[in-house]
Amino acid sequence: MTTTRSLIDTAATPIYWLADLPARLGEWGSNNARSRGSLVEENERLRRENLVLEGRSQQMASLQAENFRLKSLLNSTTILRDDVLVAELIGVSPDPVRHQLILDKGDRDGIYVGQPLIDAQGLMGQVVEVSEANSRALLITDTTHSIPVQVNRNGVRAIAEGIGSLDKLEVHHVSATTDIQDGDLLVSSGLGGRFPVGYPVARVSLIERDPGQAFAKIEATPMAAMDRSRHVLLVFTERTP
Amino acid sequence: MVDQPAQAYWLIPLSLIFALVLALVPFPGWAVWARPEFVALALIYWSLALPHRVGIITALCIGLALDVLEGAVLGQNALALIVVTLLCLILYQRVRVFSLAQQSGIVFILVGINQLLCQWVQNLQGAGAQSLQFLLPAASSAIIWPLVLHYLRALRRHYRVS
Repeated sequence: MTTTRSLIDTAATPIYWLADLPARLGEWGSNNARSRGSLVEENERLRRENLVLEGRSQQMASLQAENFRLKSLLNSTTILRDDVLVAELIGVSPDPVRHQLILDKGDRDGIYVGQPLIDAQGLMGQVVEVSEANSRALLITDTTHSIPVQVNRNGVRAIAEGIGSLDKLEVHHVSATTDIQDGDLLVSSGLGGRFPVGYPVARVSLIERDPGQAFAKIEATPMAAMDRSRHVLLVFTERTP
Repeated sequence: MVDQPAQAYWLIPLSLIFALVLALVPFPGWAVWARPEFVALALIYWSLALPHRVGIITALCIGLALDVLEGAVLGQNALALIVVTLLCLILYQRVRVFSLAQQSGIVFILVGINQLLCQWVQNLQGAGAQSLQFLLPAASSAIIWPLVLHYLRALRRHYRVS
């Protein structure tokens, strides 16, 4: 069944391409019709941003070295830096009840099912289907998606489920007495073996503790720009066969 | 002298593929729920106009293609489109003589059936719509039906597909 699907998907590649053409033409047009002034301004802004990021990454190198030393003191395994591949969006699912993206990288770029997808702000989802030249990713906000997370502040574990809304996740089955607060950052916990540890997933936006209920009602806002990023990063983690 | 009809059968798959492209083109956020079912509209037109050429097999093929493109369960759109095409094949003699408004009404019902079947399959999967907004495409399809009819008929007559 899977191969049939990926075969039809490969055959349908030109249709994705055609459907994406207006957006690409628009982008091309706006890229070519920009004034020199705005380009200079953007260049300036990017240079400043780059400087800030470089400054941070200097600190990062020393922190990583320190982390490595401490980990080796504790005899635990070292964390490898994950490799990433930039992919471009060539489509979103036309069906509003499905939160899926179609990416322009596929089997021939080494993409595999279950591969995590991130953008500049946080974790977005995972690859669910791979064909020859493109792949399909399920977003963490889809109703059929759940992701194991933990609170960055204190390590409380939970599971964040998509509810079909692009700016909301629900955290289920967290007991009413658990220490979790409004504004807490939820990061991927790596339990379940699908997502790598430590990518930001969502920020808690609402907590309701009803004494009559066993569990608190918790909502969180995804960190990643689900409906705005045109470029996403595919993370290569160590593959489990 | 009578012209030999130019049997441009390629027009049928071409229009269906164009409908597939329209079904994928990104819509602005407020309009995603009201996207007309272009594939169903094209299939309804062809099965009403040429019931001896376009039928269940065409519906099955194009439905499977739509399933893969939409990322739906394989067979969801195929099932819905087959039912719609079957109804068209039963009704075509009546629908052809209807007025435009009556035809739009029939299209509303047919696309509504299509949406309902898709919704059932999606609900089984746990991903259905929460309210009746899944019927919006039926309304928008009925609204653009006169346009679809006009252009596809003009194309069919121009290329003499029969």
